[in-house]
Amino acid sequence: MSTPTVTLHIPTPLRSATNDQATVNATGDTVRTALQNLVERYPDLKSNLYNDDGALRQFVNIYVDDEDIRYLDGPDTALTDGAEVSIVPSIAGGRSR
Amino acid sequence: MIASPDVLQAIRAHGESGYPEEICGFLLGRIQDGTNVVTAIERVDNEQDANRERRYLIPPDAFREAQRAATEQSLDIVGIYHSHPDHPAQPSATDLEQATFSGYTYAIVSVDNGTARNITAWQLAPDRSRFTEEPIRTEAPA
Repeated sequence: MSTPTVTLHIPTPLRSATNDQATVNATGDTVRTALQNLVERYPDLKSNLYNDDGALRQFVNIYVDDEDIRYLDGPDTALTDGAEVSIVPSIAGGRSR
Repeated sequence: MIASPDVLQAIRAHGESGYPEEICGFLLGRIQDGTNVVTAIERVDNEQDANRERRYLIPPDAFREAQRAATEQSLDIVGIYHSHPDHPAQPSATDLEQATFSGYTYAIVSVDNGTARNITAWQLAPDRSRFTEEPIRTEAPA
């Protein structure tokens, strides 16, 4: 059986790293391997998605179809051919005191 | 960023209506020649549980909803705005620590005693070390 091909949805400011494409294809059995495949092909994405320890940045959320992988199997969530994988930031901040 | 006076006024109005809590939302528009051109805003509930006068939170589900609203208008999310009640329109250490991707415009409106004052716009440096101020131009987008 061949490795699943999925569609990755790229947030607006990261499209400068994907030749201005809003969606790109990647291959992988799991979210982890699909994201690895993605950053191999578009290396400028790496520091945006991962911290220096190689973990996904805290504000980076990954959805497979309409489910947050946090409520599935995290980066080990299995992918099937044609799945829609979205990179979704959570946003926070505020004045200091 | 480039934004119409209407967009800037809508951000001020949101800041005033939410005072003394922080309000937040998305800047919708397009990237033209590397500049974020903002043509609409999308208000979002501040989902921070505590300290809402000095903290805001937009969870990923709210981002996805705003993305759908943007797509319906053939727009993209190009930035985020929030208010600083009784505080200058300068990014705080919290804003820097919790910043998301570089490339978004981060707009801040200061609201003094219920009245919106100035709006500033900022870009996160690619190495995430600091914010640099981004000029706000108000001409109508081409």
